Amino acid sequence: MDINLMITSLPKLLDAAVVTIKLLSVSLFFGLFIGLLFAILRLSKNKIINKFAYGYSYVFRGTPLLVQIFIIYFGLGQIEYFRSTFLWVVFKEPYWCAIIAFALNTGAYTSEILRSAFQTIKPGFIEAGKSLGISSKIIFYKIQIPIAIRQSLPAYGNEIILMMKGTSLASTVTLMDLTGVAKYIISTTFKPIEVFIVAGGIYLFMTFIIHNIIKFLEKKYGYSQ
Amino acid sequence: MELLAFGKTGWGDELFIATLMTVAVSITAMFIGFLFALLFTPLKLSKNKFLNFIGNSYTTVIRGVPELLVIYLFFFGGSGAVMYVASIFGYNEYIEINAFITGSFAIGIISGAYSTEVFRGAIKSIDKGQFEASQVLGLKRFVYFFRVIMPQMLRLAIPNLSNVWQITLKDTSLISVTGLVEIMRQSYIAAGSTRDPLFFYSFAAVLYLLLTFLSMKLINRLEIKYSRGF
Repeated sequence: MDINLMITSLPKLLDAAVVTIKLLSVSLFFGLFIGLLFAILRLSKNKIINKFAYGYSYVFRGTPLLVQIFIIYFGLGQIEYFRSTFLWVVFKEPYWCAIIAFALNTGAYTSEILRSAFQTIKPGFIEAGKSLGISSKIIFYKIQIPIAIRQSLPAYGNEIILMMKGTSLASTVTLMDLTGVAKYIISTTFKPIEVFIVAGGIYLFMTFIIHNIIKFLEKKYGYSQ
Repeated sequence: MELLAFGKTGWGDELFIATLMTVAVSITAMFIGFLFALLFTPLKLSKNKFLNFIGNSYTTVIRGVPELLVIYLFFFGGSGAVMYVASIFGYNEYIEINAFITGSFAIGIISGAYSTEVFRGAIKSIDKGQFEASQVLGLKRFVYFFRVIMPQMLRLAIPNLSNVWQITLKDTSLISVTGLVEIMRQSYIAAGSTRDPLFFYSFAAVLYLLLTFLSMKLINRLEIKYSRGF
């Protein structure tokens, strides 16, 4: 055990953890909107829209995240036309490519979580709203969405933790996140166990915090099984 | 299409073999995962606090740390650990471990943590009366585990194990970083030499979709088989 290495690598890894947290929070932010959009599309009665939303979540849940990142980072740059559009400003940066891949990926899982949450809302709530003469738009925003959020909190908490682990793949497209820096230190010092303990400890600490935030929110929004 | 031709001109046969490799690694990893689950599920269910702690730490650590980090640990630390053990037995030559073994072991340990949770949940949801009834009938522990608990547990566990299988299958894409030529690595090589990454990575995505689709079909059959009578 090289305690010295563990102490000297800690600040570097903590700096890298900030990158991980940034990646995670930005992609969760966009992912939540994508998830909500596709959950609503999934509930649509129009068969084509429904199939499209199902196809999206099926493809993104059925393929590894690594493939998705590689298609977006290496693949899209290959299209000549694409390089001439203004979108290229975004897609040439590995940082944004990783975030787009993460957001689309977590969006697919989130849409499934939200869809099942919407479907478990008792029809009585909506009927009660209707009989009170509330417009269907307000029923959706004020009744369905809050209940769906409350229902989906535990599953969404798991998704956040899975996504936190997913951000480690950013290191494959040259980003120096926590895993990227850990790999760099391992490959220069050849001390995998020490680095694993420190980096793994930071990840576990983040998992612990996320877990507790979700627990707090569950209590606050009165989730009960 | 000619990029996918079999033989020397195309990448069809290479990708086909790579797909078989992905399947082989996934199955091996899943099997190693089952062995870990068989070891750690009793620990997690144990009343002994120390054993319980070991079981819980295993699942918590593995499920809280990125798969890639675990793979790097095994990739960089694997041969060192084996050489250390070998040196105890007086063997001091350099030992290089095969990428297949390191890869399936790393993924197996991850998959084992998920399987452990699945088995624990399944055993816990078996009616207590079943345990008591088999004790009353005086069944031996071995018989009662394999004849009474196991069939009921499998019925409850299969839907969740199919999720674990999907996770394991997708995780194998990560061992491409160690150089094992599975779908992802082969696509990387092909994309590099043809300068056509969009096509090859999309094709890799199709291959993974195909694998998940086919395995879902197979698992659904198993589910029907094990839920006979329910």
